[in-house]
Amino acid sequence: MKIKLGSLFSQLTIFMWVALSLLPFSSALAQAPAQRMVVDVTEGHRRPMPIAIADFAGPNGANIAQVVREDLERSGLFTVQNPQSFAGRIPDVNVTPRFTDWRAISTEALVIGRGSQTEERLRVEFRLWDIYGQSQLLGLEFSSSDVNWRRIAHKVADAIYGRLTGKTGMFDSRVIFVSETGPRTNRIKRLAVMDQDGANPSFLTDGDEQILNPRFSTSGQQVVYTSLGQRGLKLWVLDIPTGRREAVTGLGNMVFAPRFSRDGQSLIFSSDRDGNTDIMTKNLRTGQVRRLTDNPAIDTSPDFSPDSSRVVFTSDRSGNPQIYKMNAQGTGVARISFGSGRYSTPVWSPDGTMVAFTKQAGGQFHIGVMNSDGSNERILASSYLVEGPSFAPNGRVIVFQREEGPGASPSIWTVDVSGANLRKVSIGVSGSDPAWSPMLE
Amino acid sequence: MTYSKLNYVGLSAFILLAACASKPPTTNSANTGAGSRSTEAAALPPAAATNQGAGQGGNQGANSGLYGNNYGAGQNAANPYAGQVLATLGDRVFFATDAYNLSEEARATLSRQAAWLNGNPNSRLLVAGNCDERGTREYNLALGARRANSVKDFLVSLGVNANRIETVSYGKERPIDDRPNESGWAINRNSHSMPIN
Repeated sequence: MKIKLGSLFSQLTIFMWVALSLLPFSSALAQAPAQRMVVDVTEGHRRPMPIAIADFAGPNGANIAQVVREDLERSGLFTVQNPQSFAGRIPDVNVTPRFTDWRAISTEALVIGRGSQTEERLRVEFRLWDIYGQSQLLGLEFSSSDVNWRRIAHKVADAIYGRLTGKTGMFDSRVIFVSETGPRTNRIKRLAVMDQDGANPSFLTDGDEQILNPRFSTSGQQVVYTSLGQRGLKLWVLDIPTGRREAVTGLGNMVFAPRFSRDGQSLIFSSDRDGNTDIMTKNLRTGQVRRLTDNPAIDTSPDFSPDSSRVVFTSDRSGNPQIYKMNAQGTGVARISFGSGRYSTPVWSPDGTMVAFTKQAGGQFHIGVMNSDGSNERILASSYLVEGPSFAPNGRVIVFQREEGPGASPSIWTVDVSGANLRKVSIGVSGSDPAWSPMLE
Repeated sequence: MTYSKLNYVGLSAFILLAACASKPPTTNSANTGAGSRSTEAAALPPAAATNQGAGQGGNQGANSGLYGNNYGAGQNAANPYAGQVLATLGDRVFFATDAYNLSEEARATLSRQAAWLNGNPNSRLLVAGNCDERGTREYNLALGARRANSVKDFLVSLGVNANRIETVSYGKERPIDDRPNESGWAINRNSHSMPIN
């Protein structure tokens, strides 16, 4: 039985947004300095900003507001005011709020919104207010098919996050992962995808094969993954808009750890021959296969740098697994991890300044980050098993797999690169090998 | 049909059979783990299984197999007799942590496998390397490949034609012992030989 994908993402690409005009009253008061409202995202322990998000008027308004609240709360940068504390005094979206009323509940920012629906088209407008500066910081309208109300809410949350932190958001994005069911000795491992907040989980494969380590392409339109069958490991490229999947052929029966090049034209992966695993690339257009490493050691878990000029990977050529860097042609190999322990699964941050990794030391597993030259190592999370970090598209959060103790089911967690804000993603099923998508269009 | 929502699939009817045909290189073998699920049926004879790839939404629950999983069941079902003979001779050899060299006991087991292969010249073998859960997924796939290849090299050194042996790594994806401790890990660090057509 095959599961048909349908058009999983294509229906979602019809967003429009427009800026709302400033209300006359607020523009007169818009002299408040913008810096006042900037949330510092570099130190997660700073005081979170109190923000009130009123239930939106119109269809699905309470649900939309709740998704916005949960997104902002989960970022660790905001304290979301209990909506009960201001129920009954929510003004219309086109009316300037009485700022003194809102100071009374000690909120610094306020979001008022409204949805309206014409046939299947949902239009959501909202305004973000600076309560102490007494000014409108943002006024936007999004519209899309009404089935996309959660995505509209994520876009609202991204806009608020962006305005108040000065950084790109991350809420309108997805996580591809492996759903795990059944006992440890007979695991069913299916490819699955969910929104970054754990909502809308869907299976993408049927469980006949065990699926390992899926990754998005930079465009977010494709996913590459490994399937493990009885006779070997095979790579697949799944095209999200069409739901079509294609095997990557001609690479033997022991290929794994695939990632896309940043231009989406090539795959980098590891391939085993006679017990020796090396790193190779395959150009998906020309079919050309190139070997990047030729060493009797294990070389695996490669990842291209954002500018595609370099590759970071795991090798045990020193005697145990460590992180190495090399040029994209395979030259200039240099070790970058020198702490005590075993290092693996390195991935570049989206801006290329950092590498996140899995480390084994002291009988535990750890997720950490280091500068891309190996300096300034910091451990962000530790457990019986944590594995496989993947950066959010804005580079500020890392998603990874965690088993809380011996024998526990794997689950998906996030942590800020600051080390603060460790959280479990609530999906309702066991999951492993998460990888974050780019921002959706 | 369209893609389905995730639902938690109940596995209420799961039957776990396990047999320990060859001892791992520890004093604490699976048989000593009183109360462990994987030991409950340890006395049962190896059974060839036939429910590989049960359709509808994955595993239907019923399960049997040489080692309490059905990963190898499809091929053993194709040749259940050969699978039973191999199990009797010892179809698994065990490894130390992060190692792929063969112990004396492993060599003795593999010598029996080689003798059987040499006496059954039409038989072919799939050798699968396995790892414990104390490594990352991708590193363990490479480590399992090393283990399978160690076994293949040794069998070839005893006169078995290399073309008759196929190798694969299951990394840490197909453990046979679910105990998350050194006893379970020792059993899961193995190479498994299965007859194939």
